[in-house]
Parts: sequence; C-alpha cells; structure tokens
Amino acid sequence: MARESTPQRKIVVTVIAWIIALAIFFPILWTILTSFKTEAQAIAIPPRFLNFDWTLANYVTVQERSNYFGHFMNSVIISLGSTILALAVAIPAAWSMAFVPGKRTKDVLMWMLSTKMMPAVGVLIPIYLLFRDWGLLDTRAGLIIVLMLMNLPIVVWMLYTYFKEIPGEILEAARMDGASLGKEILYVLTPMAVPGIASTLLLNIILAWNEAFWTLNLTTSNAAPLSTFIASYSSPEGLFYAKLSAASTLAIAPILILGWFSQKQLVRGLTFGAVK
Amino acid sequence: MGQIELKGVTKRFGDAEVIPPLDLQINDGEFVVFVGPSGCGKSTLLRLIAGLEDVSGGEIQIDGRNATAERPAQRGLAMVFQSYALYPHMSVRKNIAFPLKMAKMSQREIDAKVDNAAKVLNLSSYLDRRPGQLSGGQRQRVAIGRAIVRSPKAFLFDEPLSNLDAALRVNMRLEISELHNTLKTTMIYVTHDQVEAMTMADKIVVLQAGRIEQVGSPLDLYRHPKNRFVAGFIGSPKMNFIGGAEAAKYDAHEIGIRPEHIDVGTTGAWQGRVTVSEHLGSDTYLHVQTDYGIINVRADGEVALHHGDTVWLTPNAACIHRFDQSGNTL
Repeated sequence: MARESTPQRKIVVTVIAWIIALAIFFPILWTILTSFKTEAQAIAIPPRFLNFDWTLANYVTVQERSNYFGHFMNSVIISLGSTILALAVAIPAAWSMAFVPGKRTKDVLMWMLSTKMMPAVGVLIPIYLLFRDWGLLDTRAGLIIVLMLMNLPIVVWMLYTYFKEIPGEILEAARMDGASLGKEILYVLTPMAVPGIASTLLLNIILAWNEAFWTLNLTTSNAAPLSTFIASYSSPEGLFYAKLSAASTLAIAPILILGWFSQKQLVRGLTFGAVK
Repeated sequence: MGQIELKGVTKRFGDAEVIPPLDLQINDGEFVVFVGPSGCGKSTLLRLIAGLEDVSGGEIQIDGRNATAERPAQRGLAMVFQSYALYPHMSVRKNIAFPLKMAKMSQREIDAKVDNAAKVLNLSSYLDRRPGQLSGGQRQRVAIGRAIVRSPKAFLFDEPLSNLDAALRVNMRLEISELHNTLKTTMIYVTHDQVEAMTMADKIVVLQAGRIEQVGSPLDLYRHPKNRFVAGFIGSPKMNFIGGAEAAKYDAHEIGIRPEHIDVGTTGAWQGRVTVSEHLGSDTYLHVQTDYGIINVRADGEVALHHGDTVWLTPNAACIHRFDQSGNTL
C-alpha cells in the first residue's frame, strides 16, 4: 500500500527537514555573522545573534594582513589543475575497466578505493621528504600532483559507474557504423557521459578546494591556497574569532557559490545509477 | 553480393569452448535464421560474423574474401541489436546518417539516403525526434533504417523483436520479411523463438551448445528432423515423446509425434483423461494424461472436450518420428 501523504504529514516533514538543514548550516551562518562583529562581541557571553554593531573592519584587516587574491588564485589553479589531470588519467582508466574488464578489474577498483581508507598522515613523512628532495615543497605543481593522486580513486570510481550505465551495444553499434575508437569516444561515449563527467569534475574541484591536510603540510606561502590562509588566523597570537571568521567566509564563499549553482548537477551526479 | 562462409570457426572464452569448430555456408540473398535455446551460442556466432568478437580459430569469408582479421566496419555488414542501440543524444535523422557520416559521404548524398530510408520505413515525420520520444516499434525501425542506408552486403539481426509486445512483434516480423523481399540482401537473424524462425527463414540453422544440429528449410526441419533435439525444438506446440514398450512397437528407443498428428476419438490406441483444454476457436489444444505421461494434442476447430473427459488418442502412423538411444532419427 502506498504511504498516504496528508497535508499535516507534509508540514511535519517540511519542518523537520528545515530544522535539520538549519542545524547543519548553523556553523556556517555563525561564521558569517561573526565575521561582521568586533572581536569583543565575537566572544561576548551571552552570544549576540543579530543585535550587534555590524562592521566590515575584519575584512579590511584581513585584506591588509594577507594577500587574499593570491591565495584565491592558488586555490583555483590547484583545484582545477588537479581535477583536469585526474580526469585525463581517469577517463581512459574508467573506459577500459567499464568496457574491456579483465578478471581482476573489480579487485583493482576495490584496491584503489581502499587506499582512501588509509590515514593520509601515514604517508606524510615519505611524501614530505620526496617533495623536499625534488624541490616541490610550497609549489603549485607539487600540490596539483598530490591532490590529483589523493582524489584519483574517487574520480575513477565515479566515472566507472557512469560509463557502466552506458550500454556496450551502443558502442558496438558505433563500431559497426564505421567509427574508429577515437570517433566512438568523441561522438558517442563523451556526449552520453557528459553529465557524469561534469558532476565528477564539480565534486573533485570541491574536494580539492576544501583539502586542508596536504595543503597545510606542504605549503607555507607561495603556493598556499585558501585553506592555509584560514589556518594562518588561528595562531600564533591566540584566537581572533572575528578575523578568523572573516577569513573563513572569504575562503568558503567561492566554493559555496559554485556549489549553490551546480547543486542540481551534483545531486543528479551522486545519485546517478541509483534509480533506473 | 553477400555470400558468407564459415570454415572451422571456433570461439573460446578462456578455457571454455563455446563454439567448437563449425562450418556454414550462407548464400547471397538468403534469409538465414540461427535458432536455439538460450546460451546455445547463436548470438556469439553472429558477433563473430560481425567482427565484434575475435574468432579463436578458423576463417570467415565474405564474398570469397578472408575477412577474419577485418574490423567490423570493413566487413560491409550492418547489425540491428536487441536493445536497438540507438544514439540517445542524436535525432532520428542523425542516427540514420551516422554510418554515412563515418563513411565521409557528402551532406547532399546523406540527406537523400536518409530521406529515402525514412520513406521506406514510415519514419519521415519523426526525423527530428530523439529516440527517447519514440515507441519501441519506431525505435526498431530507426535501427533498421541505420542499417539499410549503408547498403550492406548482409544484415545481421540479433533478436531484434524480443523487446516488443506480441502484436507489434507480428507486424515487425512481416515488415522485416517484406524488406527482405524488396532488398533481396542476405539476412542473418538470431532468435530463440521458433515461430519467428519458421515464418521468416529460407534456411534455419538449429544450434545447441555451439554445435550446428541441423541446417535446412523450415519445412524440411519440421518434416525430417535429424535428431530428437531438433524434433523437440521446431514445431509449436512441442512434439510429444514416448519411450519404453510403446516405442519398441515401432522398433525404436523413443518415438515422437507432433500434437497435430494425433486424432481424438471415442476409440483408439491410447486412453487418457483431459487435464487442460485450451479453446482458441481455430484450434483446440488438449493436454491429456495417459499411461505414457502428458500428451499434447492439437485438434482442428472447436472440440467440445473439457477437464476430466476421457478420450482415446490415435497417432497418425505415417507421421511418427523414431529415435535411437543417442537421440538420432532412425
């Protein structure tokens, strides 16, 4: 029997959904509000919600103290660079695993994913030493390589899932119709996989943008993205909550806007294949 | 021309030999149907001919030319898939034009050929739609359209009607037969449905476990099956098989008698009780419980027999098929 959807039930469900959504969003909202307070109001007890003296002083200070635009550009270059590099490696890999699977394809996929379960700190020392020896510390290229490698398993998995959804018979039809491998990928596979490739790209940009462990440990100033920029406000003179909040707001704003405009694509991408 | 010859063709997947060495001759203009139960290798055989699978041994000749190592497109064959395999992101026009575009034909030529194919297949008013906006039958016609624009040496059909409902299937079956009469191009058609095989084929190839059991015209297979497998597979409803003493009377290990070759009366050879009667108007199908098991009978017209009635069955002696211990026809 289908579950009945009465108006009362709808209202209750909607209210619960809003409460959960607000609870999840609250820390971000609080950060944004705090960024407009003075340092004293930021730590005032009881906390002030909206009744405080709104000020932009923190943003001015943050701008003066550090080069926001430089960090922003680093974030853009590192997240885009690592994503494009990951796609370039993952598309052929996922293609071959989806359409020409071998006996061990499933094992390879599981093994790739299992590397994500290992704590990153376990390989920090070797990677740090390698980076030091190769002169990659505090370089964008170094971070692009590391973040690409970190996210590669997820990218391959996502693309593999999308490609699996494309019936092999369609590619065979293209082969019968005289398409070479290149044309088959260009005219048939890629147009059919565009939604999947796009959501993989978006998710990977977001993951790379938010990455903090490697960016904090492998950069200091030159290649430091926004995640490192936030961290620089948490020390060493003690915590300045208002300034820290202003920096955080500036750091998350671009990705929040990107996520907002692409949310349909992201949700569709992540639930792709779940329902036929 | 579209003459295809398989010489000692084999296919192995790992250690499993799905097609043991097999020879087959398909003449130009013939409508050949590969038929057999699921997993008998009929689709694999078609894919070997298409070039979508590599042969493990033997040779495939197309018009006397060794095509074994050629890529699918080089063989000049066109294939219609079970799932239609249309390009979902292209319009019907672009779907049909795709092979011509790959062949680098001029746009003028492409347009003319597509329009012509659309006319033949009644698709002219759908050319700008996407496959997703078409019904199953229309999609199948687009798939056929994409095949005919190439003017291939032979058409390969891989169970093309199995996704359609029963009524549409009969229509499409007629359309494909008509198409064959018009184009007179070689067609190889794979199906597990023996009715499709009987109604469409010039020549039926019955396969089991990758082996060819028999090759012949539909009526040839119906009248003179080489063995018990072919006898049981061809014909609907299925042939009845009786062993033991009754078969021994005919000097055989087992005998087979088709449901339409048994008379129903008040006296006769075998007594039985009707368990199920199916009244189709034109025919009546009776399932009769006898000492030899359930025997299916097909009687012409309406026969007023129902569940529980006692009947006598008499096989038409001239139509009895006799099999030896290993299932071969005597």
